[in-house]
Amino acid sequence: MIKVIVIQKSEISFDNQIILSWIKSSSSVLDLGCGNGELLELLIKEKKVQGQGIEVNQQSIYNCIIKGLNVFQQDVDSGLCDFPSSSIDYVILNQTFQQVKKPSFVLKEALRVGKNTVVGFPNFLYISSRLKMCFGGRVPVTPALPYDWYDTPNLHFFSISDFLDYCKIKKIQIKKSVFITKNKKIKLFPNLFGEIGLFLLSSCSK
Amino acid sequence: MQEKNRRQANITFTIQKLEENKAKYFTFAIPPNELILESGKKLGPIRIAYETYGKLNQEKTNAILIAHALSGDAHAAGINQQKGIEGWWNNLIGPGKGIDTNKFFVVCSNIIGGCQGSTGPSSINLYTGKEYSTDFPIITIGDMVNAQKALINHLKISKLLSVIGGSMGGMQVLQWMIAYPESIKSAIPIATTMKHTPQQIAFNEVGRQAIISDPNWNKGHYYGSRVPAKGLALARMIGHITYMSDDSMSKKFGRHFKTKKNNGIKFEPEFEVEGYLRYRGGSFVKRFDANSYLYITKAMDNFNIVNGKDIGHIFKGLRAKILVISFESDWLYPSQQSQEIVRACKLARVKTSYCEISSSYGHDAFLLETGEEGQIIGHFLNTLN
Repeated sequence: MIKVIVIQKSEISFDNQIILSWIKSSSSVLDLGCGNGELLELLIKEKKVQGQGIEVNQQSIYNCIIKGLNVFQQDVDSGLCDFPSSSIDYVILNQTFQQVKKPSFVLKEALRVGKNTVVGFPNFLYISSRLKMCFGGRVPVTPALPYDWYDTPNLHFFSISDFLDYCKIKKIQIKKSVFITKNKKIKLFPNLFGEIGLFLLSSCSK
Repeated sequence: MQEKNRRQANITFTIQKLEENKAKYFTFAIPPNELILESGKKLGPIRIAYETYGKLNQEKTNAILIAHALSGDAHAAGINQQKGIEGWWNNLIGPGKGIDTNKFFVVCSNIIGGCQGSTGPSSINLYTGKEYSTDFPIITIGDMVNAQKALINHLKISKLLSVIGGSMGGMQVLQWMIAYPESIKSAIPIATTMKHTPQQIAFNEVGRQAIISDPNWNKGHYYGSRVPAKGLALARMIGHITYMSDDSMSKKFGRHFKTKKNNGIKFEPEFEVEGYLRYRGGSFVKRFDANSYLYITKAMDNFNIVNGKDIGHIFKGLRAKILVISFESDWLYPSQQSQEIVRACKLARVKTSYCEISSSYGHDAFLLETGEEGQIIGHFLNTLN
């Protein structure tokens, strides 16, 4: 008897779908903290990009290599000194930005190397987090911030408004932004109702 | 004791020594068509001992070349039928293993300058009828790779799926990347460097001095008489220290004493680690030629693919896919040297992956951590087609 094995195509996460729509075909992509390489694999398949990942976790690197991706074991915090300025079309910092030790330095490096930079992070002041903090009296654990306080890779907690202020001070141009809650785009009061913020930044500062 | 020393010293080296191996032989560079070495000197005829595992497919697209390290040989995998010796990378190469011989055709050859079947200083010089000894020309990693290329041509393989090697084998991999970039689809340099540091040269020099200062070395002319066993064993003992880590030595020996008492003789081995080093030194003499040790370590020290070049230009135009591997506790070929290779690849925009495998084995990890190493190499090879 022939066994038919149906491999279920893993669902593309909503933030990855948005990033996919932002990236031009055949461009070069550097994914900082690429994890198991889902996004890079998707971009290579759908947009024929030249992809390179940087990741620090050994098991994640194995998983990237299984997918045939090019990945360097490196700490993103050490910077991108080997990459010349504006040498990559898109540098991606999705769900990595809040986990690096020196976010300001890492973003500066990403903007230097990338003609465009994608930043995605959980909004710490999303409404359910605020309620949990105010009324629960506990550090919030939410779908976008799923970790307990004692076991979290997240080092920096900030809101969408904090990030917008930062971009303003540093004169970073925001080309596109999308706010997501439960796989839906949020238009109104994103700092309150957006669980995840996604930004497409341009390196050419105004 | 004296009897034992004499026995050890009487071991002579002949080129027939490894004939019993199931190794195959390929002879080329027959005069007047000698191989021109990088030094400009000519060498020929050259014999290369090699072994193969698995089957070459019809399209000849599944061939992988394995490059061995300083004291390695062509017997990389399987168990030698006559001697029962296990291949030095048998845990990594074989059916269903990291380098899966059900899928790939694996070739491993002994380097020229070596003493395990390929032409080296202990081979007979056709013009004199005697061993080359120190008349053997200085050889380089480039020469070793040129000889491997001749073998690969002889096997009618135009493009290797991969070249894989650790330590000095890794240097050969790097040399393939710059000398024959169009002949490789991928390359895996492991625990290696683009050039030796003064510290690495220094360790080799101490090893060479140990051999040269052995009275039996006799300026290299010891074949047929006493070999410089003490010197070669000492060189190997120093080597072994550099291949291990403080941690791996502590785990393996601690400060344990040998079980056999030394009968009150002063400075006989007391600690297990002393006994181990003496044993490894002694057993090395039985299978390795002192002159080969001198030539090969020189080739390693002289290897330098940076050579004043802009680091971004070293691998420029290379289209092969590269996987660089290093090991956490390796202080002889530390991860920084592998990261420098990665940097050169990165700047040349070569498709590259890099992984530092956690291990406490030191430099020996490339031979011992075959679980993790095999997994990552296997995954990498499987994505090449």
